[in-house]
This record gives sequence, C-alpha cells and structure tokens, in this order.
Amino acid sequence: MRRKALAFDHFLHLNVGKCSNFGSGVIFEYNGSALVAMVGKNCFAIASDRRLGVQLQTIATDFQKIYRIHHTLFIGLAGLATDTQTLYQRLVFRHKLYHLREERDMKPETFASLVSAVLYEKRFGPYFCQPVIAGLGDDDKPFICTMDSIGAKELAKDFVVAGTASESLYGACESMFKPDMEAEELFETISQALISSVDRDCLSGWGGHVYLVTPTEVTERILKGRMD
Amino acid sequence: MGDSQYSFSLTTFSPSGKLVQIEHALTAVGSGQTSLGIKASNGVVIATEKKLPSILVDEASVQKIQTLTPNIGVVYSGMGPDSRVLVRKSRKQAEQYYRLYKEPIPVTQLVRETATVMQEFTQSGGVRPFGVSLLVAGYDDKGPQLYQVDPSGSYFSWKASAMGKNVSNAKTFLEKRYTEEMELDDAVHTAILTLKEGFEGQISGKNIEIGMIGNDRIFKVLSPSEVEDYLQEAE
Repeated sequence: MRRKALAFDHFLHLNVGKCSNFGSGVIFEYNGSALVAMVGKNCFAIASDRRLGVQLQTIATDFQKIYRIHHTLFIGLAGLATDTQTLYQRLVFRHKLYHLREERDMKPETFASLVSAVLYEKRFGPYFCQPVIAGLGDDDKPFICTMDSIGAKELAKDFVVAGTASESLYGACESMFKPDMEAEELFETISQALISSVDRDCLSGWGGHVYLVTPTEVTERILKGRMD
Repeated sequence: MGDSQYSFSLTTFSPSGKLVQIEHALTAVGSGQTSLGIKASNGVVIATEKKLPSILVDEASVQKIQTLTPNIGVVYSGMGPDSRVLVRKSRKQAEQYYRLYKEPIPVTQLVRETATVMQEFTQSGGVRPFGVSLLVAGYDDKGPQLYQVDPSGSYFSWKASAMGKNVSNAKTFLEKRYTEEMELDDAVHTAILTLKEGFEGQISGKNIEIGMIGNDRIFKVLSPSEVEDYLQEAE
C-alpha cells in the first residue's frame, strides 16, 4: 500500500518524452536526496540529507531540502533540485497571498491539498519532485503526508519517506519507529533512521538536517554522519 | 464587440464624481421588496417579503432565499433574475475554493469574491451593474456573520441590516430592538416584527421567507408551516 504512490513515478516520465538522456526513473536520481518525517506525541520531526550532486559528482554538502512555510508547517522536497526550488517558490507565493487574504496561516491539511492541486496542474509535464509535508494542525495535532510527483496524496499516522534513499528509509523507520514518542526520543529515532539509510545510498548523505517541532518551539539540528 | 457606440463602459464618471449607473442600480434595489438580516450571538437569521404579483402564482415554486454552501445563505432585494446570476457564480466560486483547499470557504472570502464580480460589472464594456443588494448570512470558524453587498461591489459586515422598500423604518426599528446578547430565536422574532412594521396586508407563512443558521452550521430555509409557528409565537 505504502509503495503505491512512489512506484508510479518510475514509469511516469516515459510519457513525458522530453528527457532523451534519462531512462525510466533516473530523472529522480539526478541530484540525490533522502527525506523523512515522523509523528511523535504532540510533536513531529522532519529530516533530510544535505548532499547536492550531479549524478556521481558531489557539488554541495549544505543543500537545503526542507523549507518552512510558516512557524508550524514544513515541506521537504526530494527529486530534481531545480524543480524542488521552483516548486518551493511557487508554494511560498501561494501561501503568502493566502495569508494576506484570509489573515491566517494555512492548516497542514489545506496546504497538502494545495500542493496536490499545484502538482496535478502539470500532469502532462510534471515537476520531478516528491514532497513530504509535516505540520501541526488544529489542537496542535501533528500531520504528515507525502505524495508522488503528480499529486497523489498519501497520509500516514507514523512516518513518511521520500528520495533516492527511500527504500532503506522505509526499512529503518519501520523497525525503529514507536508511537507517541516524546520530542527528544523522536529526534534520536529519526536521526538514526536517516543516517543509517543514507549510508546505504551513494547519492544521499554528507550529514543530516533535522527539524523538531512542538507547539512551543522549533529546534533545528545538523547531524554529522559519514561524509561521503 | 457589438455596436461601437455601446462598447465603452456604461458606468462612466459624472462631473460630480458619481457613477450614475450605480446610483440608479441602488434605486432599483430601494424599490425592491424589503429584506433584512440579524446576527445573533449564536447564529444569523435573514428574512424577506415574498409578495407575488397574483394569487394565481404557485408560491411554493418561488424561493428568494438561497443556499450558497451548506453553511452560507443569501437573500436579495431588487431584481430577482440578477440575483440568480450572482448565486450561480458564488456557488461555483465556493466549490472551486473547496476543490483547491478541501476546506469550506470562509464567509468573508466568498463575500469578497461575490463583491469582486459585482464590481467587474461596473468597470467593463457593454454590461450594466447588477440591480440587487445581497444579504449574506453564514457561520464559520469566526462565528456567525452577516454581510451586505451592494451593486457597486462594496460590502459591509452588519449586526443587523435591512434593504429594499421600507429600509429606513426597518433600520430604525432594528436599532431600537437589537442587543448583542440576542439569541437566534429572539432574532427570528425581531425579524418578523420588523417585517410586520411595513407589511401591507396580512402577514403569513406564505408571503414571507425566513432563513437561519445556528451553531450546527447548517443553513436552512424555513418551510411555510415553520414560519407560521414563529408568527404565532410573535403575536
């Protein structure tokens, strides 16, 4: 069930027809990424790796993949870096206008619906991105979801993963995750899951970036892992 | 498009700084049947006269108060056909919002979009302003709300308001009777009494229409028999 949304992406751009240099699924592996979000007790954590590569060459080791929409809503974007940057800019634009018009921040569920709609607009020439959305909703209830590159939403109660390291991440999260973890324990768990998974993926790594969000504070931490 | 004589905007400024077409539209509203709305502490009620041109008209087929979304309703004063166009556009905008955000549209946003439509018709070629003022009643996360939208496209939030023929008497009556702590049932009674003030003839469940929305956030138009019940209580 979980793999359904992601499996589609591998065959998706065969229909796009423009990427003559890329075979099936390879467009998503051009830059490399690892993203994971986990739910805890009245809190959530979202983490990413820090590598930006051009196929096998590493270009940057401090590349940002998790973006802040508002103080309790974050979106991580895996996939082709140019598309993730553009998509982020478009989403921030939409949210700023929403905030001005409605005089309130977007709820995470609403934002997820917006992202899905924005991605589907480009159904036949999509953004090569996989978003991971994490936020605190009404009554500070944590919300996480992911979707494929054309907006098929996948909600989860425990964790969501995306990127080139997603298969390892699934395994690591499934075995390490426990429900209702407190903030500190959640941080440890998500960090271990991320580091162990990117070590098995040559396209992601060079450390980690973890955001831990509770109703009262947001903590940002950098992880040091194998720098290769 | 069309005859070049009429392809400029009909709403052009007069030397005194007024848009005469909008003034005329407001006159059309002012000669329409009275409608009013009252915002209570726990809901909103809107009501209107339903005077039909002849006793032969099947009054059950006429519905002046319409639902825009499950939690927002509207009543008009002025030209009925114009209000139908606005209701149609507003419903579509509300659904588009829902399709994008999977969230019901807040009342203020829907009012703003409807007002934008009305304003567009005062600044486009070959069209005339709408000959209606709308009273929009809704209940969302911000609580009960009542808005009036005019042919010019300006909108106001009201605690209680009236439009149409008997507007000045009705507003004076409402000013005296309105209290902030009023509850929905009191508001319905006050609405009925206000309508009665300027009513020619015998008021009954068949010649007025009442719509209300309470804490349950479901807008409903009362049936003639439900209106009769309220009328009897108000006696």
